Amino acid sequence: MPRRPILLGIAAVLVIVAAASSYARWSRPAWTAEERQILEELWIGSLPELPPDPSNAVADDPRAVALGHRLFFDTRFSRNGQVACATCHQPARAFSDGRPRGQGVGTTDRRTQTLIGAAYSPWQFWDGRKDSQWAQALGPLESPVEHGGTRTQYARLIAEHYRAEYEAIFAPLPADAELQRLPEAAGPVADPAARAAWEAMRPEDRDLVTRIYVNMGKAIAAYLRQIRPGASRFDAYVEALRRGDEAGMAAALSADEVAGLRLFIGKAGCTECHSGPLFTNHEFHNVGVPAAAGLPADRGRALGAAQVLADEFNCTSPYSDARPEDCAELRFLKHDAPELEGAFKTPTLRNVAERAPYMHAGQFATLRDVLDHYNRVLAAAVGHSELQPLHLSETELAQLEAFLRALSAPPQVPADLLAPPAD
Amino acid sequence: MSTGMRSQESAGIATRLGSWQRRALIGLGLVVAVVAIGYALMWVRMHQPPPDDLDLSTTRLTAAGHYRATILPGSDPIPINRLHTWTLHVETPDGRPVESAQITVDGDMPQHGHGLPTRPQVTRYLGNGDYLVEGMKFQMGGWWVVDFTITADGRRDTVRFNLVLE
Repeated sequence: MPRRPILLGIAAVLVIVAAASSYARWSRPAWTAEERQILEELWIGSLPELPPDPSNAVADDPRAVALGHRLFFDTRFSRNGQVACATCHQPARAFSDGRPRGQGVGTTDRRTQTLIGAAYSPWQFWDGRKDSQWAQALGPLESPVEHGGTRTQYARLIAEHYRAEYEAIFAPLPADAELQRLPEAAGPVADPAARAAWEAMRPEDRDLVTRIYVNMGKAIAAYLRQIRPGASRFDAYVEALRRGDEAGMAAALSADEVAGLRLFIGKAGCTECHSGPLFTNHEFHNVGVPAAAGLPADRGRALGAAQVLADEFNCTSPYSDARPEDCAELRFLKHDAPELEGAFKTPTLRNVAERAPYMHAGQFATLRDVLDHYNRVLAAAVGHSELQPLHLSETELAQLEAFLRALSAPPQVPADLLAPPAD
Repeated sequence: MSTGMRSQESAGIATRLGSWQRRALIGLGLVVAVVAIGYALMWVRMHQPPPDDLDLSTTRLTAAGHYRATILPGSDPIPINRLHTWTLHVETPDGRPVESAQITVDGDMPQHGHGLPTRPQVTRYLGNGDYLVEGMKFQMGGWWVVDFTITADGRRDTVRFNLVLE
């Protein structure tokens, strides 16, 4: 009978399709070799040793760590005596501040970034306008809306309060009398009076003060290098997977979180940028985030790339301890491509649940808002968005969010470094 | 001959089937087609594969046939998110090394609308037609193209290599 083979054939195809689909669902907990490789790359165990910072000769000096720790929490290093690094980079808030935009002596245009694992990034700030942690630390100190102070003010404070510690690490400081003859508030800052005072100083005095300022930054950076990410439930899951310990896997992540992880490394394409053990490629992408309310569209990396090339504290500057051949990132920097327009550094997703609001100026209040953005995609405020809409279902978005919440862990920092110094 | 027989046979089936049976058959066919198309679309969206006919060879003749170029990436697999160096070997089609060429490098992700995060450069001639390419860096896996423009003895030519990084 010729009719039967056709009907049987169709029935067979249906059965195979149904079986394949239920097999795919049933066999979900298993990871393919390719997926396992991605999971291991995201695992904290893949985080290499801290990369050296050749631009900072004291980066791994414990005395510099101790001085940097004290400077990090010292509010005297500001215009009003009330702002320290720790004002915005709060240890209890994953070294961020929970605000849409940083709040120092004024309000910044961008959100405070976490410092956890920042030593691994070749670029600092949302736009990568600094290429070392010490150069980064010096930016806010002179910003009119963050610490708002000046170099001569800071040099005097170092001599007054930290002379012995400073001299043990760096070089003898000038006598107090010599520093006292310099203007109280002078530096290459926005304030016209302080700037004029700075420009009136002798070049050798400016260099003397700048060297003290740079060394402050290098001590702070030595402290910042100690702030490393801790192992999250996701990491416990990968460890259990490596041991073949199914009970351990089930204890580490719920079924929804595992489903979210599967979306994260698969259909949602998150690992295209949020890759590696810090969940970032440390590069710059335009993801079409709307401009912050009341602010013009932010050009991001387009300006940051030009700024780091011209920065007085970059890797090839006279204040850097690096040899020119150590500065490959700067040497091969891309600074004039259209894709830099409106591009911002991919942030780490470790502790992301602790760091609301989100994006470079806190445009999205919740993780769900961020996921909704990736799901529907808007035209970029400036430049061109790289995103394609994900078209995820409600359930999938909830699973993805559940997974992101499993990336939290206390930072791996010696406990005494998390609190202000004792004295 | 065989084709003719088969179409006769199906015409026969069609005439023998009742109208409800025909509708059921068409319905089943539609269901199968919808399921199959659905799966295919999902697969495409999930994997966004590069074109099937990508030439992934590491030795290629330049576009106008002036040179034969070979890329030797410094490590295997090519690293993601890390600066590294390549060697580019340039020879004439008959196998003589090309000396003192001026070479520029660029890279692009055709499916993403962005290029390399760096501006790699040929920084040194290593001898025997080999050139050191510094500043290579790929910020994500997927399909990449890397283009070299080679100028030697006043003859300018270009060559494109495809890479699929994991």
